[in-house]
Amino acid sequence: MFKGIYNWIDERLDITPMWRDVADHEVPEHVNPAHHFSAFVYCFGGLTFFITVIQILSGMFLTMYYVPDIINAYASVDYLQHKVAFGAIVRGMHHWGASLVIVMMFLHTLRVFFTGSYKAPREMNWVVGMLIFFIMLGLGLTGYLLPWDNKAYFATKVTLSIAESVPYIGPYIATLINGGEVVGAQTLTRFFAIHVFFLPGALLALLAAHFFMIRKQGISGPL
Amino acid sequence: MSNHEHREAAHQPVKRKEMSRRQFLSYTLGGATAFMAGGAVLPMIRFAVDPLLTQKTEGTFVKVVEESKITNEPQEFRFQVHQVDGWYESDPELTAWISRDQQGNVFALSPVCKHLGCTINWNTQNDNQYFCPCHEAKYSPEGKNLAVAPAPLDEYDLKIEDGFIYLGPIKPNTKV
Ligand code: HEM
Ligand code: FES
Repeated sequence: MFKGIYNWIDERLDITPMWRDVADHEVPEHVNPAHHFSAFVYCFGGLTFFITVIQILSGMFLTMYYVPDIINAYASVDYLQHKVAFGAIVRGMHHWGASLVIVMMFLHTLRVFFTGSYKAPREMNWVVGMLIFFIMLGLGLTGYLLPWDNKAYFATKVTLSIAESVPYIGPYIATLINGGEVVGAQTLTRFFAIHVFFLPGALLALLAAHFFMIRKQGISGPL
Repeated sequence: MSNHEHREAAHQPVKRKEMSRRQFLSYTLGGATAFMAGGAVLPMIRFAVDPLLTQKTEGTFVKVVEESKITNEPQEFRFQVHQVDGWYESDPELTAWISRDQQGNVFALSPVCKHLGCTINWNTQNDNQYFCPCHEAKYSPEGKNLAVAPAPLDEYDLKIEDGFIYLGPIKPNTKV
């Protein structure tokens, strides 16, 4: 039946060449753990992406209950964690995934570094990868404030003091990301908007560039 | 067509700097695109940076305590300030440690530790110093940082009217 549906769509839209472009290509022997077990280091990029997908999905579901409002934010997180079925699981995925994605990204970066894959002609993909790294840090930072508990509040206070310590423009940067002079209602809405719209949008664009370049240049050769 | 070319050739000496059709079109289309993109994006940018450009609210002074109550030994006083945070207004309670210096001048210190922002306390170690329980920062009675903290305790702006102490905005320490 699926074959039938596929053929029906393919007749109209000719999707087979697109599919071939994206996915139908050999995995070179030196990156295939079935040939050399040590090649598992080549999996960390894919694992980073896997966890990123989980972050985006679990985050989308969290927003079904979460409200970015200083009176209700904590109560909404408390509710979704303790009263909603599987709340501890879904929030747990997002919570632990946020740390795991950094770990995976770090291991992936180490692999790229020690296989020398950042060298010509792949310099641009190293740069894009670094931008992804900073976006991830931004996501972790802005997400951390959202539960609006003491830990979140004071972590953000510290963050803003760090931003403020930049020479000359520090106070302006701090006011801009704080959304005013007090860490409060406007900070929470600002961080929420950045966390769920601005940074994920930038992240998806950078991931697209990352994967496009990999597809174009292929995986780097054996050592 | 050939007629036209012929005439062009005849006019050779008067070389006018004319824009090609292609150039004209790319300038107009480019200009219109830039105008439309700007029209869409500029309002959003101004919207996002509004907190940078709004006037800071003037710090108001709040009556805290009679001047006669202040001793050389720092004492803790609590007072409420009215705080406007966008659409959310509240009256948070603040704390000040108020005492007199060697010359008898009254001054008020903020209780926020200059290390990482915990709350300091007076003389909990019986050494006549301010002490922060988080990472053991120590400050002199004037707020001078003696251990751990990188800067002296902040001060409240202070004025005395009709025998009462009024506290205003936070400012860097002026005593040390
Ligand atoms: C790779 C991307 C992401 C990272 C690293 C990340 C990180 C975080 C972190 C560290 C927290 C605090 C978790 C906690 O309190 O235990 C958080 C909370 C939250 N995030 Fe994300 N996030 C990501 C993507 C997203 C996306 C795409 C959305 C929504 C579309 C989202 C929605 C939320 C919400 C609603 C919360 C508050 C609920 C809660 O604290 O459990 N996140 N995020
Ligand atoms: S916050 Fe006071 S000593 Fe660290």
